[in-house]
Amino acid sequence: MIYLDSAATAYHRPPQVADAVADAIRHLGNGGRGAHEIALSTDRMLFETRQQLSDLFGADGAEQVAFTANATAGLNMAIQGLFVPGDHVITTAAEHNSVLRPLYHMERMGVKLSILPADRQGRLCLDELDWLVRPETKALVCTHASNVTGNLNDLKFLGEWCEGRGILLVVDASQTAGVFPVHMEQMGISVLCFTGHKSLLGPQGTGGICVRRGLFVASLLMGGSGVQSYEREHPRQMPTALEAGTVNSHGINGLHAALSYIREQGMDTLRGKELERMWQFYDGVSAEQSVTVYGDFSDRDRLRAPIVSLNIGSYDSGEVSDILAVDYGIATRPGAHCAPLIHEALGTRERGAVRFSFSHFNTEKEVETAVLAVRELAREGEQAR
Amino acid sequence: MREREMRLVVTFATTTQAMAMEQYCKMQGLKGRIIPVPRQIHAGCGLAWSAPAGEGEVLKASLSQSGLVWEQWQELEL
Repeated sequence: MIYLDSAATAYHRPPQVADAVADAIRHLGNGGRGAHEIALSTDRMLFETRQQLSDLFGADGAEQVAFTANATAGLNMAIQGLFVPGDHVITTAAEHNSVLRPLYHMERMGVKLSILPADRQGRLCLDELDWLVRPETKALVCTHASNVTGNLNDLKFLGEWCEGRGILLVVDASQTAGVFPVHMEQMGISVLCFTGHKSLLGPQGTGGICVRRGLFVASLLMGGSGVQSYEREHPRQMPTALEAGTVNSHGINGLHAALSYIREQGMDTLRGKELERMWQFYDGVSAEQSVTVYGDFSDRDRLRAPIVSLNIGSYDSGEVSDILAVDYGIATRPGAHCAPLIHEALGTRERGAVRFSFSHFNTEKEVETAVLAVRELAREGEQAR
Repeated sequence: MREREMRLVVTFATTTQAMAMEQYCKMQGLKGRIIPVPRQIHAGCGLAWSAPAGEGEVLKASLSQSGLVWEQWQELEL
């Protein structure tokens, strides 16, 4: 199968990731639970992985990186741990439900919410951002890149905009972590949430939340921490504050290996290969008369996530994805991609779109096959009209 | 009973701080190791750094430049 669904989860991973998970299952214990060598070797691995992540994201050191099961868990922690009734929060139409649903939940609890719209190409209407600010505005919660269009948001601009207004910037880096530069300090990011299983190439069940030093995120979960056992309150110190219960050391050992791989290969190299595949695909299909591509592809010098979402003629996106899988052996993702507002902006609420997302492991030949498949379907669709 | 000796014991608020200490001491060639927190210092569970009592001044001098964070610093007979 030709896997073009890397925005959902990585399928191709460096073999050392699986080896590291297997090794961890055989040899690692429970970090922070005892001072014997098996527990301590786990602690050391967890600490090193925090350091890797802190270095990667320009965070405030290993202790400001807490592990979570995925980006959704981190975003829930940030959104439910930072805001209280009466606060006002701004988010965008480009968000995934991992941002929107926790915010809607908080809205029911008394937090006020404003949503920055996007245009028909999925670009945020940034000129409207200032209109949304109120005295009680606490934060902007924003994705780095849309998981539907691949449009990348300018975090440096948003960070400066937030800093200038005394607003926190909470970023969802699910589609960009590990492949696109993200630097919390330089970009003015207050909280960064990421998942391990997409562009970071780690196992599912890994992810995290990085919190700027001095900012307190109230614990969503409480329980065992390995420290301060006689206290009735869960510890407030990071990362323990956001890590109740045993962390996924087996998965994190895989993430550790994936992070080492990314560092060895070089983020720029990996991103360059991914974008090369994306543009190869875009160039191959976008000129087809009955193909509609969504997103902003107007400037090749502007960075974007390696995603191309499209529709063909009047076909339903699910039908196209199914034909691609069954007749061509190509894995794509149809439908709404858990991002309802961007589909409303794109005008694809009813039919969704077929998303092709690329990995640096994809070959030129694989992309060529996908291009030919889309062209064939596009021409079939035209003949049927 | 095992023979006891004076040790310098450093405790931390989090396991991450303890790991940072261990990594730093290893890199600097400072003697010591991670132990369970002795009951004289803390009633809960957790990790501590245990160094020979005679190393106290060297350790303190080095740590003052390190940027590391710790909770308590005590000499104990262990």
